[in-house]
Amino acid sequence: MKRYVLPLLVAAMLAACSSTPKNNVPIKDATTTSQGNNNGADADRIPPVVAPTADEELMQGVLAKRSVYFDLDSFVVKDEYRSLVEAHANFMKRHGDRRVVIEGNTDERGSREYNLALGQKRSEAVRRALATLGVPDRQVEAISYGEERPKATGHDETAWAENRRADITYPK
Amino acid sequence: MMRNLIKFFAATLALVHFAAHAQMTVVPVVGGNGTIPIAVTNFPGESALPAGLTQVIRNDLDHSGAFKIVDASAVSPVPTEVGQVNFNDWKGRAPWLAIGSVAPAAGGRLTARVHLVNTADGSEKGAFAFTLAPNLSRVTAHKIADEIYERITGIKGFFNTKIAYVKKSGSRYDLIVADYDGQNEQSALTSREPIISPEWSPDGSKLAYVSFEQRKPQVWVHEIYTSRRTLVSNSKGSNSAPAWSPDGRTLAVTLTLSGQSQLYTIPAAGGEPRRLTSSGGIDTEPVYSPDGASIYFTSDRGGGPQIYRISSSGGEVKRVTFNGSYNVSPKVSPDGKYLVYVARESGLFKVRLLNLSSGLLEPLSTDTDKDESPSFAPNSKMILYATSVGGRGELAMISAPDGQIKQRLTVGGADIREPAWGPQGK
Repeated sequence: MKRYVLPLLVAAMLAACSSTPKNNVPIKDATTTSQGNNNGADADRIPPVVAPTADEELMQGVLAKRSVYFDLDSFVVKDEYRSLVEAHANFMKRHGDRRVVIEGNTDERGSREYNLALGQKRSEAVRRALATLGVPDRQVEAISYGEERPKATGHDETAWAENRRADITYPK
Repeated sequence: MMRNLIKFFAATLALVHFAAHAQMTVVPVVGGNGTIPIAVTNFPGESALPAGLTQVIRNDLDHSGAFKIVDASAVSPVPTEVGQVNFNDWKGRAPWLAIGSVAPAAGGRLTARVHLVNTADGSEKGAFAFTLAPNLSRVTAHKIADEIYERITGIKGFFNTKIAYVKKSGSRYDLIVADYDGQNEQSALTSREPIISPEWSPDGSKLAYVSFEQRKPQVWVHEIYTSRRTLVSNSKGSNSAPAWSPDGRTLAVTLTLSGQSQLYTIPAAGGEPRRLTSSGGIDTEPVYSPDGASIYFTSDRGGGPQIYRISSSGGEVKRVTFNGSYNVSPKVSPDGKYLVYVARESGLFKVRLLNLSSGLLEPLSTDTDKDESPSFAPNSKMILYATSVGGRGELAMISAPDGQIKQRLTVGGADIREPAWGPQGK
């Protein structure tokens, strides 16, 4: 955003210097405001913006993304999820009253209780990443569903990969 | 008829809610024939009982892995006293014979009398009798089968026992309590959220389990005959893997208060957790040894999951399993001699049986390959476990330690998991 402001200002100053005739009364364009650009809208209208509620904010942009996927037998938050985790961390810090639950999940293979513990490793990895970014511990709870709530119900690698994940949830 | 009787049964004893389901049945897969031939004649008068008596007794003995049932249907007239037995009928066919009768008793009740005969020498091995209400014919038959089994083998039977398991039907979960043979299914708890890891209290009156009904794993204790439930572990994070101490006063559980899954103990009535293990990784699936002195558990402290042992008061940890890279879900046999667990071998999940005194694996092998959650019958002679066939959960049994008898508990259309074999019935 910032990078566009300077050239516009320079252009506006140059225009102001060079095109002011000495003897003629300049004809000003009243179809644009001094601040806005002419896009055919009412020249003197300021479009109102309603600040989003926290819930609306969570529906938009990167905050709408809540799932962090993990490799097989891995419990490391991959680099590709950095911006997602950062966006949620910023949101959590701005909304200190919002409780956050990180739900870990695994694929269906093996012991249900051991998978519950593996899912916990995933939710804990996300919780630690949030804590490192300054989200207070009291705001966040890391839990696990293990293999109990598969997002994909198939019995192949595609389904299993979909289920190796931690979800960031915001309970009401 | 059956439905009404079961309703009557439930109402009479004010038990848990009865859920109308297709009944499970035990299906022998391999074996089904033990080494001891025994004949059980029909008991005159048993037709007054809705479930009869002798077919249930024969099924029990057949499921036991110890007995081979000899056909007695051709014997006429049926003897009811030892003096009426024609020993020539049994020579070379059945060294053991159970005969009996059912007669009306006071107050609409009935008396079942049984004689157990050694046909080789004509001696009576025992005589016993039970008074019963007609709706209790099944449990009475199990008690008679237990008597026969114990008098001949010297080992307590497992026929008058309950099992618990979780049944998933669509998005509905039921915690089911049934007789060991899958009959008399009753739902103790219905939930829209998962239920896992049911474990019987040593006295058979309660189940501890993990329920996700409050959108996180929590440990509950449920008195099944009164419906009273207590949330006993609701620490921050996950609460799971309950295991009863043999005196029923303490639960070992897995909590994540430190970030990782670690073992803790809590009073069975609920209370402050006390930390038992400290590792950098996962410690879970605790189970007490029958003497209460140690706790076996699964840990990935050495890399992959293996089974370890710690004193139930804490301290030094000893590794127990060394074969393979994935060994989970330990249970100690009630006689303390064996450890059953699940091993992943070439992508298959198999029940394995470790002899704790020799440190060697028994040659027991299941005919299934997605085995989970093994547990022992109270007499240590049979292992109940969950498996998956065609993507649907089923229960199976295998005799221990030999593995010769393999049976499946099947029920049409339902997804069944997380079985737990209860203690000896009263």
